[in-house]
Amino acid sequence: MIRFLDVHKSYRVDGRDVPALQPLDLEIADGEVFGIIGHSGAGKSTLVRLINLLERPSGGRVLIDDIDMTSLDEPALRAQRRRIGMIFQHFNLLGSQTVADNIAFPLRLAGERDAKAIRARVDELLARVGLQAHADKYPSQLSGGQKQRVGIARALANRPSILLCDEATSALDPQTTGDVLALLAEINRELKLTIVLITHEMDVVRRVCDRVAVLDAGHVVETGAVADVFLHPRHPTTRRFVEEALPEEAASTRQTPYAHVPGRILRLSFRGEATWTPTLSRVMRDTGVDFNILAGRIDRIKELPYGQLTLALDGANVDAALEALRTAGIEIEEVASLENPS
Amino acid sequence: MTTVPLLHTLFPNIDDWGELGRACIDTLLMLGGSLALTVLIGLPLGVLLYLTGKGQLRAMPKLYGLTALVVNVLRSVPFIILMIVLMPVTYFLVGTKLGIRGAIPPLVIGAAPFFARLVETALREVQDGVIEAAQAMGASTWQIVRHVLLPEARAGIAAGITVTAIALVGYTAMGGAIGSGGLGDLAYRYGYLSYESDYMVVTVVLLIVLVQGLQVIGDRVVARLSRH
Repeated sequence: MIRFLDVHKSYRVDGRDVPALQPLDLEIADGEVFGIIGHSGAGKSTLVRLINLLERPSGGRVLIDDIDMTSLDEPALRAQRRRIGMIFQHFNLLGSQTVADNIAFPLRLAGERDAKAIRARVDELLARVGLQAHADKYPSQLSGGQKQRVGIARALANRPSILLCDEATSALDPQTTGDVLALLAEINRELKLTIVLITHEMDVVRRVCDRVAVLDAGHVVETGAVADVFLHPRHPTTRRFVEEALPEEAASTRQTPYAHVPGRILRLSFRGEATWTPTLSRVMRDTGVDFNILAGRIDRIKELPYGQLTLALDGANVDAALEALRTAGIEIEEVASLENPS
Repeated sequence: MTTVPLLHTLFPNIDDWGELGRACIDTLLMLGGSLALTVLIGLPLGVLLYLTGKGQLRAMPKLYGLTALVVNVLRSVPFIILMIVLMPVTYFLVGTKLGIRGAIPPLVIGAAPFFARLVETALREVQDGVIEAAQAMGASTWQIVRHVLLPEARAGIAAGITVTAIALVGYTAMGGAIGSGGLGDLAYRYGYLSYESDYMVVTVVLLIVLVQGLQVIGDRVVARLSRH
């Protein structure tokens, strides 16, 4: 488990302390994929680097499996870092070394001398990331997605228990991003590895994360299960991130409300099995309420199927209909109240 | 000594081509010896400048300031003056102020600070992210120098060695003025002091060939090291 206890960080610039992260407490459980989302400058790069102490906190403690990272001396810190893999936006591979040597690098750093053992481990890792054919190429001969796969293989070499991902897909095209995220999810599942991932894209969080923390100007403004945060964002920053992940709907709800649409405007969220049952049509038929679909989306949050519909409901029995939908496990919010949170 | 008639016509004053050959070998020996020692001293010095620099892995402003000052002072003194000033040091180090042995200490002391700066610049070209990745893997500073900085900067360092070697060719020629031997010595004694301009022409041509050769070899090595 990774625990932040009252951790804060400021940088000294021209003799003044400029805060990067406000005091925060955070717990990341073993085996989960934890997302940290924020705009650039929100402090997410700093936050992820506090875990392996590439950045030292200005105050507070960072505990990994109850070991206080800030109290370690240099050799002990280096030993701990070997248990924490890290991948980067710009891959940061050694350009002068082949793919195989890049992956062998952390093994050699850790003192492995047996060439056969190194070769065997490198082959195993190449197979895991699907790059067996590229062992003797140089990084400059690879595509972005392949480079990130080398980065992942390298990060896994010493069998870490934690993998830190610093904007790992931000430099990749959408297709490659999907492949790399699928690989990360697979690694998380099969190796039971804790993944901490920072990103500025809600879509990345939606696809692989179990829980998420939203960072805004150095403050953690919202934390929770991805499904809760994604379907019911509370903080304005979170809401903006969610809207960015839903382009069409965002455009329509933001500038216009459905003022001219008759009836009550509601947003219904279905999760899991509810997504696949015809609850809506049954309830509407039973109560005689008319409905009009204004916007909608059915997708998955990690493995959880979900649906979200924006409806206009009209008729005498709207309240009864809503009651029946709630009973069936569907979450309902008034769109008007969402638009004007005050 | 018998010489080809054509050569004799072209270069009437050069009656001993063997002496010219020996001068070539002397120049090459001075160059090889001083270049090897320059790299041996300048490389660690460049790494020290890099590591202790502002915002670097082992930032130590005072040590950096002191090293940089020594390096700058040595680089500011014109080589011919440096050679003369260093004479007692040279005598103390190698037991003579003359010949190839006497030339090597001032050559190295003149070139090593120059080479160190080139190494420092080459190391600064290494991406910060690659160094950060090595730190995240638990690499010590020494491991980062040995396995990240030097291999990643090797093309830049090879280019620095080429530039330094060529500068050293110039320095060895200047060494001729104070009796270190080699092509510069011939050009100075026969060509300049005795007005035998054919000596001047031949030695200069040989020096051009040497510099050109070094540049071509250096460029090939650099291209090879950066091809990946």
